[in-house]
Order: sequence, then C-alpha cells, then structure tokens
Amino acid sequence: MNNAIALKSILTKEVQRFLRIWVQTLVPPAITISLYFIIFGSLIGSRIGKMGGFDYMSFIVPGLIMMSVITNSYSNVASSFFSAKWQRNIEEMLVAPVPNWVIVAGYVGGGMARGMLVGLIVTFVSLFFVDFQIHNIAVIIITVTLTSAVFALGGLINAVFAGSFDDISIIPTFVLTPLTYLGGVFYSLSLLPDFWYGVSQLNPIVYMVNAFRYGFLGVSDVSLTLSFVVIGTLITVLFTIAMTLISKGVGIRS
Amino acid sequence: MQKALEISGLEKIYQGGFHALKGIDLTVNEGDFFALLGPNGAGKSTTIGVITSLVNKTGGKVKIFGYDIDQDLEKAKSFLGLVPQEFNFNQFESLINILVNQAGYYGVERKEAKKRAEKYLKQLELWDKRDNSARMLSGGMKRRLMIARALMHEPKILILDEPTAGVDIEVRRSMWSFLQDLNKQGITIILTTHYLEEAEMLCRNIAIINQGEIVENTDMKSLLAQLDIETFVLDLAKHKQSVVLDNIAYRQLDHHSLEVDIPKAQSLNKVFAQLSEQGVEVLSMRNKTNRLEALFVGLITHQSNEKAGDLASE
Repeated sequence: MNNAIALKSILTKEVQRFLRIWVQTLVPPAITISLYFIIFGSLIGSRIGKMGGFDYMSFIVPGLIMMSVITNSYSNVASSFFSAKWQRNIEEMLVAPVPNWVIVAGYVGGGMARGMLVGLIVTFVSLFFVDFQIHNIAVIIITVTLTSAVFALGGLINAVFAGSFDDISIIPTFVLTPLTYLGGVFYSLSLLPDFWYGVSQLNPIVYMVNAFRYGFLGVSDVSLTLSFVVIGTLITVLFTIAMTLISKGVGIRS
Repeated sequence: MQKALEISGLEKIYQGGFHALKGIDLTVNEGDFFALLGPNGAGKSTTIGVITSLVNKTGGKVKIFGYDIDQDLEKAKSFLGLVPQEFNFNQFESLINILVNQAGYYGVERKEAKKRAEKYLKQLELWDKRDNSARMLSGGMKRRLMIARALMHEPKILILDEPTAGVDIEVRRSMWSFLQDLNKQGITIILTTHYLEEAEMLCRNIAIINQGEIVENTDMKSLLAQLDIETFVLDLAKHKQSVVLDNIAYRQLDHHSLEVDIPKAQSLNKVFAQLSEQGVEVLSMRNKTNRLEALFVGLITHQSNEKAGDLASE
C-alpha cells in the first residue's frame, strides 16, 4: 500500500512537471512533426512515389510517431532525473522508505507518460496530412508502450552517469538520432544493399519502428516476434542496469 | 528509556581516501534534544548522511529505534525526518506540492497529506506562499519549508543540520521555540549547529566531533560544569573614574560596562564590595553568552595539540 502511494506520488510529480512546462515539452514535437510532414511528405514525398506498397506519407507516419515517442520518453527522464540530482531533491526520495524499484518505476512511468502523450499529439497532427489506417491496434499499443519503457530506462541510466547538463544531450545527439534516422523511419530496409541491410538489423530501433508500422499498415521489414523479443530483452537488460545503479547509489549517494 | 539512535564503530572513507569518520560511537535516547557540534569538516554532515542513508558507510552499525539500517533500512528510515544543511527541494515546485509529494513517499494518502501540509505551513507561517514556487522564498522561509517537509510523515526523530544558518535572529528564535514545542511533544531532536548559544539553549545532551572522532559526549550541564571560570558582564551607573579591582581579572569595556572573570570557587561578594568602596553602582549583571564556545575551542585545540604531539614523537 505504502509503495503504491509512493509510486503514485513520483508519477504525479513527473507528470505535473512536464505539463507545467508544456511549451517546452509538448509543443515542439508537434511543430517538428508538422515540418516533417510538410517537407518529407507533401513536398518531397509526392515525387518519391510508393514505399513498401504505400504512399510515402502513409509509410513514414508510424516511424515519425515512434521517433517522437522515443525522443520524448528518453529526454523526459534524462532531464528530470538529472535535474533532481543537480538540485538535490532526489534526496527527498532517498531519505524516505521508498524501495529502489519504485524510484525507477516512477521516473520511467513519467517518461512513458510524456512519450505516449506526445505520440498521441503527433498522431492527431498527422490526421491533417494523411488518411489513417489501423491494421492491428493491439500491436500498436504494445509496441509504443514497450518502446517508451526502453527509452525511458535509457534516459534514466544516462542521467545517473551525467555530471552536467551537457552530458544528457550527448547520447540523444550522437547515438539516438543517428540510430533513429537509420532505423527505417524514412525508408524500407529492402532498399538497402545486402551489407547495410545486415548492419541495419543490429539497430534495435529498426524492430520498434517496423513493429509499430505493422500495427498501422500490416507490413514490416522484420519479423514481429523477433521485434518483441528484441524489445523485451532490452527492457530486461536496461531495467537490471538501472536497478543496480540506483541500489549502489551511483551518482546519487556519496 | 528507549534508544532512538545507536551508532557504533561508524567509519567512512570517501573515494580518494579521505577518512571522514574514524569509528564513532554515539547513543541518543528517545525524547532527547541532542547537539552534535564540531568545526567545519569535522564529520557532522557525514554522520547525518550515513544515518539518513544519503552516504554509504564504510563500516560500523547504525540502529534507529532498534532497526539496523543494514537489515531494515526502510523501517529505520520511516522514523527519521531530515532538515539538511543545503536547500534540496525542487526550486520550481510549489510549496504545497513539495510537501504533499514528500508525504506520499512515506505512504501518506494525498487527502491526509494536504491536511498536514496546511497544518505545518500555517505553523511555520508559510501558508500564504503555498502556491508560490519555492525559488521565490527568502532564505529563512526556505529553511522553514524544509522543516515543514521533514515533519510531513510525523517522524519520531527529527535531524536538523544547521537549521538556522543564515537566518535573522527573530526567525531563529521563532524556530527555536517551534523546535522546543516539537521536543515537548515527544519528538527526539538531533541538531548540528555552528551557533553554540543555540546548542546551549536548546540541547540537553551534546557530542563534540573533531576530525572524525567524538572528543566529548556528555550532558550539557556536566559539560558547562567543566568551566573553571565564568565571565560576568556588569552594567554600571555612569561614573567618571576608572574601576580598579584587586586580585580579580577584569576588563573595563567602557564607563558603563565591566567584564569580570570569577573562578568557580570564588564568590561574587568580593567584586561588589570593591565596587561599593569606589562608589560604583551596579545596575544589572549577566552571564556572558557563549560559555560553550570557550569549552568548544578548548576541546578542539586540546585534541589538535595532542595529535601534533603524537606526530612529533613518532
């Protein structure tokens, strides 16, 4: 019971935080995604033709939604947890009888909430540019939920090690953005030469984007089962790492 | 009487090798008002950090109401409320949210937490600011906010790490009065402070820590009884001549005030007799504050000298 109240308190605090600064957290993704739709969809997309059997605009919509979910889940936890470290208000939780898993679940839950809310906003914006189709709603919900959990955990681990605000932008800039752009958001893997097709299969974001696209369009470059195995494995590994770091007090206890 | 806090053989060596705590033993009984004094870097905040699990200890045992922090950490933590030295709340959060969330971390339902937040914000004269973000508060208000926050789960032990640092005397006195009321309600209070007057006025028992070791641990009365000489300040009626006292150490500060050092065994009558002979009228008399300061400096200096001696003999 106490743990449930503690978890609810952390989640409430996290959701209140990103809603309080909605101009910084919710508006930019909507603007960015509108620009993607206008430039890649309407202006360039019309000249590209079909991709994976669909209009280019329809093809990129799931990837763009997923890109927003990934970025926002990650950055919410990275900035919120690092800010709590920096202002030392993380100590409010550390002195209280809050189990480590509740701290991890609270922050990750907050990141997932923002990631999925932004996903919904972007989905709504996309309705202005493309006719929507849904092939399998369960796959969509499961994929987006698990993917946001993966990147929220990633953001937490980044924040644990971060020593300055610069450190929480290094991974998004040098790792996440390249992996996302090369993760099949804008193209079908079938366009790639064999070597790069093989290399792309090492990119976990490929599996997330393709599983998500399958939910909308019913097509995927990779097996759906393999996608869920990859996502599930990542969650397990990242959760274990996050729990170990918080339990040892890395970056938060002297 | 139940032991609120038991510390034995507490060691802390920081990364880099700094030996902050060198086997500290300390016991605080339930209901006590306890002072932990020491110069900067003596190990006070590290000790508090270990008790509240913000600092990982290197060795030793800490028990809170019998619960070992190595075995029953969450239970042990539930008894503690901490008012840290540095402001450690989200500066952009409103006061009411800071308090309600903090209560939630201890499993207090939101409805009950809001009631408590109102109670403590009113008691600490912050209720009008409840919806302001914390960064808008003055230094004294921020300190009071941290006291309110520490009380939200109604702890049995309240630990305050220099709670009145940087606050004006009026606020400091109202905080003292508030803490005394809490102590009367049965809350055990452990206080670190740089204001020795504060420790002398509030605390019944005291430990002095220096260079990671406890150099004195006793009750306040016994400690003050160690003073061989007491200094009194006499306020004199206006007179033109300088005062002369035989066989008494004194300092005439100006024509209106005189400081005299009286050995414990000696009566004050001798002073008054000599002043009467010179026609000097004494209007009032007070014990010079910071009696503790003399002892504190003496103890710390004594320990440092001993260490220097040990090193020299090696």
